[in-house]
Amino acid sequence: MMATDGLNGLLGAVTLLTRFGGVLVMSVVPINQRVESFINAMSGSVLIAILVPVAVEGDMAARMALLATAAVMLAVRRPMPAIAAGISVAAGWRYLM
Amino acid sequence: MSTAVSIMPGLTLAGIGQGFWRLLPLSMFVVVFGLAYGLAAVQTGLTPLQTVFMSFAVFAGTAQFAALELWGGQIPVIPLLVTTFAINARHLLMGASLYPWLKQVPATQRFGSMLVLSDANWAMTLNDCQRGKPNLGLLVGGGMALWVTWMGGTLLGMTFGNLIANPARFGLDMVMGCFMLSMVFGGRKSLRMVLAWCVAALTAWLAYRYLPENTHVVVGAIGGGLVGLFWMEKPAEPKAGRADK
Repeated sequence: MMATDGLNGLLGAVTLLTRFGGVLVMSVVPINQRVESFINAMSGSVLIAILVPVAVEGDMAARMALLATAAVMLAVRRPMPAIAAGISVAAGWRYLM
Repeated sequence: MSTAVSIMPGLTLAGIGQGFWRLLPLSMFVVVFGLAYGLAAVQTGLTPLQTVFMSFAVFAGTAQFAALELWGGQIPVIPLLVTTFAINARHLLMGASLYPWLKQVPATQRFGSMLVLSDANWAMTLNDCQRGKPNLGLLVGGGMALWVTWMGGTLLGMTFGNLIANPARFGLDMVMGCFMLSMVFGGRKSLRMVLAWCVAALTAWLAYRYLPENTHVVVGAIGGGLVGLFWMEKPAEPKAGRADK
């Protein structure tokens, strides 16, 4: 009990380190055009990387949900309808298939 | 570069309030996801205190679900910490991406706002910054909206979550995935970005198959980032580059 609550504290501390770290590092290493370009390309790439296992290992419903989200996002450019579409497709696919 | 960065005003209560209300609608999805986490945590065997404290202290959905995956009778502390860092390493980039604007405000505001740094409020804030309308209140107020709804969802999931025995049946396991993808496609799109995403997907997939667990996040991020490192935006015409965004 004590040990696992301490663990949650540690997880929180590690996460806080990542929240502060970006700003701390940037205050030491000056930003130049190349670094900024690197970070810009990286920001979308992180999310893509997290999604890869979902797309590869997930069921067909998961893949269809991502596809629906991407399609609606490209069409209407608003996250709420896109996410709603993705969830509905996942639920519907699992219900029907 | 600093000449192209617009001025970031300091924090105001009104700005925080506006940010809070602007992100509250989207945060309703966070309630659902927090609910899913609360349910999963109870099923994993965490005590109510542990479940709530994790949401309170970590406040990062993906990492919390990953932690539940590893949570067992014998908890692997070091892998758990490394996993948490790997998943949350994107915060480093998120904070860094806002640095050109954050460096203009006092340190207390700079680091204080980072306490509630999360995907949704970061993405919207960066978007505003890049469009020449930097707004720290959106980051802080939006972060508060996300934190409150995340805690509320966690509590709901613990209390009433038993009603939803199988979140996947209602597609609720896809909330985070769909959210993140919508954030990717909501950002700037160019041939350069699309190439970066393709490289990120490919390298992440290779790392996922052949490297230790959870390294795929960092590998994919660096893979995509390298595209940006070698294929830069045209430095000669910063004005045109800005308008392009």
